[in-house]
Amino acid sequence: MKRLLRDRRAVFGAGVLIVVVAAAIAAPLVTHGDRGAQPDIVSTRFLPPLATDARGAIHPLGTDRFGRDVWTRLVYGARISLGVGVLAVLLAIAIGLSVGAVAGYWRGPLRALLLAVTDVALALPRVVLLLLLAAVWRPSAALVIVVLGVTGWMSVARLVQGEVRSLAARPFVESARALGISRLRILWRHLLPNALTPVIVAAALGIGNAIMLEAGLSFLGLGVQPPTPSWGGMIASGRDTLVNAPWVAAAPGIALVLVVVACTLLGDALQDALNPMQGLRR
Amino acid sequence: MLAALARRAATGLAVVAGVVTLTFFLLRLAPGDPVELLLGPTATPAQITAERHALGFDRPLAAQYAAWLGRFVRGEWGTSIATGRPVRALLGEAVPATLELVGLSLLLSYLLGVALGTIQATARPRIDTALSVATVTLFAVPGYWLGLMLVMVFTYWGRALPAFGRAGLDGDLLVGGPWLADRLRHLVLPLATLTLIGIGGIARFVRGAMRDVVGQPFVRSAHAKGLAPFAVASRHVARNALIPVAILLGLSFPALFSGGVFVEFVFAWPGVGRRLVEAVLARDYPVVMAATSVSAMLVVAGNVLADGLVGWIDPRIRHRSEEA
Repeated sequence: MKRLLRDRRAVFGAGVLIVVVAAAIAAPLVTHGDRGAQPDIVSTRFLPPLATDARGAIHPLGTDRFGRDVWTRLVYGARISLGVGVLAVLLAIAIGLSVGAVAGYWRGPLRALLLAVTDVALALPRVVLLLLLAAVWRPSAALVIVVLGVTGWMSVARLVQGEVRSLAARPFVESARALGISRLRILWRHLLPNALTPVIVAAALGIGNAIMLEAGLSFLGLGVQPPTPSWGGMIASGRDTLVNAPWVAAAPGIALVLVVVACTLLGDALQDALNPMQGLRR
Repeated sequence: MLAALARRAATGLAVVAGVVTLTFFLLRLAPGDPVELLLGPTATPAQITAERHALGFDRPLAAQYAAWLGRFVRGEWGTSIATGRPVRALLGEAVPATLELVGLSLLLSYLLGVALGTIQATARPRIDTALSVATVTLFAVPGYWLGLMLVMVFTYWGRALPAFGRAGLDGDLLVGGPWLADRLRHLVLPLATLTLIGIGGIARFVRGAMRDVVGQPFVRSAHAKGLAPFAVASRHVARNALIPVAILLGLSFPALFSGGVFVEFVFAWPGVGRRLVEAVLARDYPVVMAATSVSAMLVVAGNVLADGLVGWIDPRIRHRSEEA
């Protein structure tokens, strides 16, 4: 923990994420409140950043073509982006942990089969798979979570499999077996807790990735559906007004980059902090 | 060497077969009847039944799958519902466009990414930190957004470069120099976008790989025996750091292709990725199935090539896989 606090990457990453999460939770307090508000479509549309509309309300990031406040939509969009990202990664980790644990602990054809499935899944272009799944079912936030989860578990499965496999060969596992503890209990109580370290790093990096993919799907119109604000959807709607209102597309993109950078830096810092040997080598 | 490549090719075939099978069953599971979609809302129930029988949709799923697989292998990919054109011709036009964009971007992003990572691994900490900020940011930028921003600056503000397509409206009439100039002008923005988002990840990886090698004892002894720093860097460090980089090359094909999908979509680049997105949005199932399979094949072909490259750089891996 001390090591993390001294790491500027961790401080920056955690700082950005805390601010974004706080803003998303306190959305009604830090914004105008109504994410769909269209006060007066003629006089308030395409207001540039920091402009004040006819009723004296300030629009820190301007307004879009329907006169909706971009800042308000951005903050409410953070709820969707972060929520979808976190839930998708949790689902991916749940699947990856199960597959990795089984493949790592039970030898024989089951392991070979699971590893083969993992390798095949890893070789697929993820976006193609996402498009395919999004094409088949009606797009929604829940579908995006499921789709990101079932296409994102492979790296976790590989990490866990490797860890469990090397841990299973240790003497403490053998002594647990000798004490008559069941295999499932050994796996749950003794192996998985020790194999979690790399999963934490993968989770931090995975959330950034999931947020980016969610935005991508919504940008294509296959993710979260309007009028619910999502960053990808906002970029897509700003695409049409790039000439006269570039801030509509620019703001959510910058927010996206900031959050993904924060996740990446935090993941890097966690990796170094949890892996002291590697830190010494540098 | 050959045996290892053959084994990789077999795995690749398994991947393609997996994708093709998955696509087939997913689309059959989909809600909504493809025949109703095909005939439109004015079709009578009798017409729908007749068409369903003609297309074989009333047969058991396994039989449909076998028949479809047979047609697919023979290259009979059906007709696009949305455009009425043969799917094979549609994708045949798209593959060269994707190969051009993704191939050039791969080359450029590896050249620049390896250079940047090498500079970072050998430069003073302050420069390294500044470049790290840049590469992390590039790594985090979504391709479609970067593409839009570049369009805003270079097309709308600068009026310097075209933003859409692979050739101008008069592209078919041009020959020689003007033809090449037109193509290159259309290539600049999509290529720059795809390359920029690729550089970040590669530079980060190369920096890590170089750092790992720099700390090894054999590098210290190379310095100790009086070799010039450049000779150490090129002959001892780079050669060993290149192995993980070549492995990354194989692993990065899916990601690169994924990035290409968005960039093709934003720039209306007539490649496989754009066809796929269009087909998905239009629920044009024959094209979705074929485009998905073609994407998988392109990625797998890239993986096999990268594996061959790794074996060529590192004889140890080559021999190990032959023994296994």
